Amino acid sequence: MSKRCEPPATFAPAPEASPLRDRLRSALIGAAKAAGVALGLAFPLLAYRTETDFSNALVLQERWAAVAAIALAAFVVRLICLLIPGRTKAASSPRRRRAEFAAIVARSRRLISAAGLASLIAFPLVVLVLLGPARSLKWIDSYGIQILIYMTLGWGLNIVVGLAGLLDLGYVAFYAVGAYSYALLSTNFGWSFWASLPIAGLLAALWGVALGFPVLRLRGDYLAIVTLAFGEIIRIVLTNWTDLTNGEAGVSSIPRVSFFGLPFIAGPEGFAAHFGLAYSPIYRVIFLFYLALALALLTNFVTLRLRRMPLGRAWEALREDEIACRSLGINTVAVKLAAFALGALVGGLAGAVFAARQGFVSPSSFTFIESATILAIVVLGGAGSQLGVALAALFIIGGSELLRELDWLQHIVGEGFDPTQYRMLIIGFALIVIMNWKPRGLIANRTPSVFLAEPRLAAPALAEEGRV
Amino acid sequence: MIATDSKVLLSLRGVKAFYGNIAALKGVDLDIREGEIAALIGSNGAGKSTLMMTIFGDPRAREGVISFDGRDITSMPTHAIARLGLAQSPEGRRIFPRMTVFENLQIGAAIGDPRYFDASLERVYAIFPRLKERSGQSGGALSGGEQQMLAIARALMNRPRLLMLDEPSLGLAPLVVKQIFEAIADLNRREGLTVFLVEQNAYHALKLADRAYVMVNGLITLSGPGRDLLAMPEIRAAYLEGGR
Ligand SMILES: Nc1ncnc2c1ncn2[C@@H]1O[C@H](COP(=O)(O)OP(=O)(O)O)[C@@H](O)[C@H]1O
Ligand SMILES: [Mg+2]
Repeated sequence: MSKRCEPPATFAPAPEASPLRDRLRSALIGAAKAAGVALGLAFPLLAYRTETDFSNALVLQERWAAVAAIALAAFVVRLICLLIPGRTKAASSPRRRRAEFAAIVARSRRLISAAGLASLIAFPLVVLVLLGPARSLKWIDSYGIQILIYMTLGWGLNIVVGLAGLLDLGYVAFYAVGAYSYALLSTNFGWSFWASLPIAGLLAALWGVALGFPVLRLRGDYLAIVTLAFGEIIRIVLTNWTDLTNGEAGVSSIPRVSFFGLPFIAGPEGFAAHFGLAYSPIYRVIFLFYLALALALLTNFVTLRLRRMPLGRAWEALREDEIACRSLGINTVAVKLAAFALGALVGGLAGAVFAARQGFVSPSSFTFIESATILAIVVLGGAGSQLGVALAALFIIGGSELLRELDWLQHIVGEGFDPTQYRMLIIGFALIVIMNWKPRGLIANRTPSVFLAEPRLAAPALAEEGRV
Repeated sequence: MIATDSKVLLSLRGVKAFYGNIAALKGVDLDIREGEIAALIGSNGAGKSTLMMTIFGDPRAREGVISFDGRDITSMPTHAIARLGLAQSPEGRRIFPRMTVFENLQIGAAIGDPRYFDASLERVYAIFPRLKERSGQSGGALSGGEQQMLAIARALMNRPRLLMLDEPSLGLAPLVVKQIFEAIADLNRREGLTVFLVEQNAYHALKLADRAYVMVNGLITLSGPGRDLLAMPEIRAAYLEGGR
């Protein structure tokens, strides 16, 4: 849309270097501006500092070096940002480049998915062969199972947020309902994992509908606030209903999952003895891994199928324009409730797996930060994209587990440095960087309306009337 | 031209609707007969769009009765009303901008019998061949005229008995407007589809309409055959001069 005239045809085409020089110049200007802003901010904040000298009088200490350092840092960082290809506004045709990138992603998506699935299936065995039973436990359990659980949760929440466009900040509530369902059914009534699993899912789905009804008329921010409150309510109830849930202390000695009736124990009755293997806890963990994988794949499969069915299409349409949906005869109440119920069902199933993995549940596992993490996985993945959500779960959960193991940083930074203290900070920073780099998430095919970054293309007249 | 004694399909009696405490419809009486093209004209803010939305139950009529095909629909939920065979291309078109043309049409057929989907698709592609060419393109990437065609086509996917159009000509080039009105007239003539046309630019609407209503300030002030209204000096002065 630029009004700049094309050079007349008789002119020789501009030399290749010219756009580069242009870009360098605009980058330098941008960096200088950033430095100016930094200077303006640093001057009142940093330039002078009051100190009491030995005679207890206030003196002004000048700190021009600090001001200069800040300005220089701003200049350099901004310059780098502007020079990284694809980031500058001046780049020749960002739209076409984006389209090309999208095409490459689309073509390789199938390949990435297949490779990902294969490596997920092979993961526990490869780790076992490489590291031996004792050392692979951590990798399969803390990394493998946990990532799979969050992947499932991400895909579950994706139904609500990514597909139906309903911003849910209290998703952890359903996870909690599922986990406590299995915990309580097994410890109180001796139900097995397999018998409890569907109940956990159904109860969570029921809560999903219970949440869905009162928030049907709410949209956007209001919906987010109410779901946030709902998540907290469930946690507080779990904390305070001590007769049932044992309060803060939680429910412990939840039975471990069995291999279709064969317990993973050391005795002759156990799984290992039955198959003529030496006893090791690793078999249980591997089994749980494949269980979590099966649940994740089931979630993914159902979601992918639903997307192509009328219900999935209706979710997508609902996300774009609720009023239009209604006047086309779509029962938006039912469609929304279906999204809440299905999302909650998945959360409940994942919760049961979580309880089986931990052997212990307490309200402190279901705080708001869990909802936020799951939402971050969905948003980072590019809400709506199954593959993106999987990659985001791998990145966020795997990454934050890896950050537990940065003890070696102490050798660099100093003895007093505890890297785990900075985990959330680092994760947060990484999120900001990634969202800046790819505002629509890692893999975005369609932008959901909740995270709208540009004005809607249609219905400008309605927007003017404030009806959208 | 359709005989005036055909069955009344949609009727409104004393319909009042409000936004908060502000009355937007102040007692509307209106009849649409089967097989006719009815037009509603009126200046900006008269309440035309409100009337259309009120028929669909949003905002709901606070007083009066709306009935479709002899059935009281005054307090029915919007989606249930649509299922009776009313369809609309709403003000501002409200297509789904991030879905493709084809997917928009799929949503339009969401409540229809899936067995008729292909036939319905063929039908709307025959009416608007342009949509067939653009079927894989996202709705938001269409031109204004194409978006309007899509809105009408989407409404037709449910095989409605009454098609309601809110300002289909808004913001379109005269040539495109002509195309769209021809398509509407064609639908009415060939398939006997009943059409309720809401327009601010009255010329085309009145020319087409078997029966026309004029709305001022939430009330119907005048009604009659479109061509009669077109001939009336006060109508010409108020809605036509410079308007077309
Ligand atoms: N969502 C709304 N909230 C409050 N007032 C509205 C709303 N929509 C329309 N109105 C008011 O109702 C009246 C009728 O509007 P409308 O039906 O859109 O008129 P028309 O379609 O004839 O231009 C106007 O005064 C308008 O300001
Ligand atoms: Mg209007």
